Amino acid sequence: MRKGTDVELLQNLGDTVGKPLIDGDSRMSCSKVDVFYNNNNQAIFDISVDLGKNEILAMIGPSGCGKSTLLRCLNRMNDTIEGCKVEGEITLDGIDVYSKNIDPVLLRSNVGMVFQKPNPFPKSIYDNVAYGPRLHGLARNGAELDDLVEESLIKSGLWKETKDRLNKPGTGLSGGQQQRLCIARTIAVKPEVILMDEPTSALDPIATATIEELMYELKSSYTIAVVTHSMQQAARISDRTAYFHLGRLVEVNETNKVFTNPEHELTENYITGRFG
Amino acid sequence: MSDLNLFSVLILSALIVFFLSQKKAKNWQTSAGSERVHSLPVYYGYFGSIWTVIPALFVFAFWSFFSTNVISTMVVGQFVELQALDKSSLSLALNEIYLMSDASIVPSLSDNTIKAQAANLFMQYSQYSAIFKSITVLAIAALGFILTYWRITPTTKARNSVENIVVYALLSCAVIAILTTAGIIFSVLLESIEFFKTIPVSDFLFGTHWSPQIALREDQAGSSGAFGAVPLFWGTIFISLIAIIIAGPLGLISAIYLSEYASKRVRSIVKPVLEILAGVPTVVYGFFAALTIGPLVRDFGYWLREMGVNLDIQILANLTVSTESALAAGLVMGMMIVPFILSLSDDVIAAVPDSMRDGSTAMGATKSETVWKVIIPAALPGIVGGFLLAISRAIGETMIVLMAAGVASNLTANPMNSVTTVTTQIVTLLTGDQEFDSVKTLAAFALGLGLFITTLVLNIIALHVVRRYREQYE
Ligand SMILES: Nc1ncnc2c1ncn2[C@@H]1O[C@H](COP(=O)(O)OP(=O)(O)OP(=O)(O)O)[C@@H](O)[C@H]1O
Ligand SMILES: [Mg+2]
Repeated sequence: MRKGTDVELLQNLGDTVGKPLIDGDSRMSCSKVDVFYNNNNQAIFDISVDLGKNEILAMIGPSGCGKSTLLRCLNRMNDTIEGCKVEGEITLDGIDVYSKNIDPVLLRSNVGMVFQKPNPFPKSIYDNVAYGPRLHGLARNGAELDDLVEESLIKSGLWKETKDRLNKPGTGLSGGQQQRLCIARTIAVKPEVILMDEPTSALDPIATATIEELMYELKSSYTIAVVTHSMQQAARISDRTAYFHLGRLVEVNETNKVFTNPEHELTENYITGRFG
Repeated sequence: MSDLNLFSVLILSALIVFFLSQKKAKNWQTSAGSERVHSLPVYYGYFGSIWTVIPALFVFAFWSFFSTNVISTMVVGQFVELQALDKSSLSLALNEIYLMSDASIVPSLSDNTIKAQAANLFMQYSQYSAIFKSITVLAIAALGFILTYWRITPTTKARNSVENIVVYALLSCAVIAILTTAGIIFSVLLESIEFFKTIPVSDFLFGTHWSPQIALREDQAGSSGAFGAVPLFWGTIFISLIAIIIAGPLGLISAIYLSEYASKRVRSIVKPVLEILAGVPTVVYGFFAALTIGPLVRDFGYWLREMGVNLDIQILANLTVSTESALAAGLVMGMMIVPFILSLSDDVIAAVPDSMRDGSTAMGATKSETVWKVIIPAALPGIVGGFLLAISRAIGETMIVLMAAGVASNLTANPMNSVTTVTTQIVTLLTGDQEFDSVKTLAAFALGLGLFITTLVLNIIALHVVRRYREQYE
């Protein structure tokens, strides 16, 4: 392990240590990604990382280090921000998502996103879940749509609680239920990848545990990237963990390894709480 | 002492007492070893001046308000001749007496009529009253000062009582506003009842003929006039409908463009321009309606009629066309409320949280899908509220209709024809030389009452719609 003060470490920050790229097939992969906000404020520097199939990648790091920024590049949500510029290459199943002939709208139905604050639409629970399928014409008739809604709610573990009140507003649910509704709504469009930006930071421990279990189950059918500020959460649910620092990707390794024997000193400082 | 002087003295003493009381409290603070002072010195200042001045001001106000009546009664009591007069001539006589007693036109002593004597007496009494008023008010102020200044101690809860007084002050302001409104409604109601004594309510509400011409001579034909308000309310609704049909979609869609699609630069230019547009006096719109749109609509009407004749379409061939038309007024009124609807809708759309937009975008929705399926439904209660407010405004609008739709009361569904509205009729009824008690004048009050009830109902419906929508989605 390299040794030195934080300042020295920052200056010598070279390539990402550990295993950012995976050997076999990856679902998504970023290579040499730079992101600039307006006035050429660079938020992300030269990040390369893969998302494997059926894995959960946890992204950790101090506030403002660019985790959300990278996440929002993956489904081109950054397009909605004026003055945001992305360089480098990001691929989904080998296809460059920033190439001219990719429709960001379709991309987003393949790469779903769950936000920090539960944001159900001011519609009924049913309409919330049916929103995506209706947009993309995933159901040919009412019965199919019903089935799809039921299936998504079952997968997100919300069916039992809501099957008698599907016509009630989604905003009337508890915070944890709302977040599961948002997950149900996301999986209803059958994406390949689900991005989650601090999905449990607004929830109590019990609701958090429910969502974590859910993520664990979803892993079998989806690729999940999750930003979290809870080291325990990352340790509990993820297969690999990526540590970000000031816009750079410092280390990516098996979660076990990151938390027991980190390769980079900055990572160690962060997970042991020594980072300021 | 004149009222103005007395008032100035009161204000001045308030200031002095403020500083005195504050000083006293400051002295407690500086004198070492004393117990803790309850409030900051400034509160003792307020406390002192409030109790010195407020009761005195109350007495001052009461006295000023009632003194004229009291003195008049006393003066009338002195003169048998005045007592003999009936109510209305007495009030006329009293008016004359007030005028004469006014310093500028004081009657010469040689003028020996009853009225002159009464005016003299009135003046005398008024002087006494003023003197006593000054003495009483100042005495009460002094009493208040003594009672508070000497009795405030470090444990006096000055801060709490000032807080209480502030609450009462706020409350009384609210009560004044409400009472004023209630007073207006009440007077309109009374006059309307007066009107309905002559014209039956059913005639007014269901009558389809409106011609409030009162005969100049008793024997003139049709002297009674007709007061069926249906054509007026129809005209109002007709024009407002045309206006909202134009302004609603236009305003809403521009609001959507402005808040969701337009760049910051466009927004920063368009918003202020709209505010300017909203500030254009309605009479200017009226101009435009009468001089530009009116003739255009009329020419269009002629063209339609010609088409009707040529193509042998009966309805068009028999079309009544006039320069003053419901369509012209409605179009211009629509233009007038576009900025209103636009800025209200823009506000509610902007108030929809960005997390909704992000959520929808992340589901793979396009911008317009997001707008129509998420943003607009979320903002709908506010939009509906804005529309209803705009309709209320259109209903109350007078100038444009007066200039563009005319004053002829027609019960017609033909937008090319001239119609008249409730507000226009109120204006024509009340302008010009009128006897105040005539049926014509009273009719204006009845119309006003009708207008008031209409907008009230509209607002209640608006609130109800908004609330039901909220319940559904919160
Ligand atoms: N919309 C934006 N416009 C300009 N700069 C932005 C924008 N969003 C983020 N940034 C900047 O990019 C950098 C990375 O921000 P980002 O939100 O990705 O951090 P983060 O790691 O998600 O932090 P947190 O843990 O607090 O959510 C920050 O310096 C931030 O100021
Ligand atoms: Mg973030």
